[in-house]
Amino acid sequence: MIVNQFLVLGALLFSIGVYGVLVRRNAVLVLLSIELMLAAVNINLVAFGAFVDDAAAAGQVFALFVITVAAAEVGIGLAIVVLIFRNRSSANVDELDLMKW
Amino acid sequence: MFDYHALAPELIVGGTLMAALLADLVLPEERKYLVGVVGIVGLVAALFPLLTLGFCEDLGFCSGATERVMFGGSYVVDDFALVMKGLFLVTGVISILMSVGYIESERYYQGEFYWLIVASVTGAVVMASSRDLITVFIGLELVSGPAFLLAGWRKGDVRSNEAALKFFLIGVLSAAILLFGMSLVYGLTGEITFEGIRAASATLADEPAFVMGVIFVLVGFGFKISAVPFHFWAPDTYQGAPTPVAAYLSVGSKAAGFVGLLTVCYLAFSEVASIWGPALWLLAALSMTIGNLTALKQTNIVRLLGFSSVAHAGFVLVPFAMAASYDAEGLQSAFFASITYLLVYAFMNLGAFAVVIAVAAKTGSAELDDWAGLSRYAPVPAVLLAVFFFSLAGIPPLAGWFAKLVMFRAVLGGTGAWGAALAVIAAVNAVIALAYYARVVKTAFMDPVPATVPLADAGAPIAPALVLALGVTAAVVVVAGFYPPILSFFGDAARALAFGG
Repeated sequence: MIVNQFLVLGALLFSIGVYGVLVRRNAVLVLLSIELMLAAVNINLVAFGAFVDDAAAAGQVFALFVITVAAAEVGIGLAIVVLIFRNRSSANVDELDLMKW
Repeated sequence: MFDYHALAPELIVGGTLMAALLADLVLPEERKYLVGVVGIVGLVAALFPLLTLGFCEDLGFCSGATERVMFGGSYVVDDFALVMKGLFLVTGVISILMSVGYIESERYYQGEFYWLIVASVTGAVVMASSRDLITVFIGLELVSGPAFLLAGWRKGDVRSNEAALKFFLIGVLSAAILLFGMSLVYGLTGEITFEGIRAASATLADEPAFVMGVIFVLVGFGFKISAVPFHFWAPDTYQGAPTPVAAYLSVGSKAAGFVGLLTVCYLAFSEVASIWGPALWLLAALSMTIGNLTALKQTNIVRLLGFSSVAHAGFVLVPFAMAASYDAEGLQSAFFASITYLLVYAFMNLGAFAVVIAVAAKTGSAELDDWAGLSRYAPVPAVLLAVFFFSLAGIPPLAGWFAKLVMFRAVLGGTGAWGAALAVIAAVNAVIALAYYARVVKTAFMDPVPATVPLADAGAPIAPALVLALGVTAAVVVVAGFYPPILSFFGDAARALAFGG
């Protein structure tokens, strides 16, 4: 089995996610960009899992754990974003500069 | 058949979580502090199986190996794991003690607060034993998840909101980077346990994808331990979060990150030390220097402690950075030095934060200028402030000097210019650090009291739980300064891990 094309896809998706984290200003979109990075990780894990083909299917199991934890974290993250939006009527990460240096 | 004795600490902490939830459900609003009591009782109860496991061979009723390997090598309970579990549990207990009065006075939800601290400690306890990539990841997220919520606990305060969002975004981003590295490591070695990765990685040191995987894993953990250049979230989060949470983050959560980093480096990547050795050297040097230099110009005490904890992360990394080039004996002394440093740091930093809580209740602020002349109207907190800050600076006879001593001894034990260079950087930084710690103490003892402080209720007694937290940490810091073996005994036990690597 050739695994390259999946890895290229994963790397591209991961890079797009990093780009999104760096340039997006809305907290929800930053969160979504991080989700893209996690999706890239899952592609990697599943592709490697099929490639390695170990008895424990560790890659697939790992991917399931990543999906679960990512879902839990989005729950926490959106709660925090909602809280901020209520207090400041904006979810722009650039405006979060009360504390620096 | 599970080894229930080895899993007893986790099971007890898990049971405590359930009990705390139930207690929160049935208790009336004015008795919510009892949830904290449940948490403390559970965490203390979980310490007992650690003792019976640690001294198993001396006990008649106990049987089994000293190193208990479970779940196909994914979960190991050895002396190192026991010591770190003990540290996490004690950190949790002290953090709850610090929180009781603080959270009560702020009128926010109490029950869930204690529950979340215990949940985070559960993750740290799991971290200490995890010996495969999945378990490390789950442990780390279990530490971080509740911590995100704790940081934003003061819901109406925009600073607390900001602290939570910064912490959350950086935390999830670092998890994604860590996972991407882990996926590469898994793919190239085909193994998920540290033991398997080590066996399979001997030939991979020159494989670019594997190098990238290792570096990504280091970066992921670098965020968790807030090493420079991945530290910028830490001071903001500490300042905005409720102070007891900042204390927990700077000790419990950071120590969990260290445990993950050290076990991964020493057990999984020990064959490719040429990759992570130089990287850790750089992280250590940068963390110490930038952390200390930035701390010099801070005017807020919590923020100052935030940068100081960044610098201390660098000090903990110093022995490890050089350990890659050591022989077995040097490796053990590096392990001993880092773990001992971590233990000492935990007590003095928790104590320093406890003092900040006690004093901020009297002055109404954590700005350094408002603390001027503290010794006039609050002599006991002022003396404790001096004790913990001088200990952080490493002045004998307080415990901090011993931590610095073992750190320098480990790094100078090896040969080579790089080790010497790092020792010089560490020595210079120890002096810089003294400057800002001493400045705080000088302000508190020598400057005149400003007109706006103290608050009207400055004479109010400190919450009993906080007194207990102050007493325990102060006792450990002073006693360990005069008689270091009470902490170095545990550091010694942790040497066990070095044999595996």
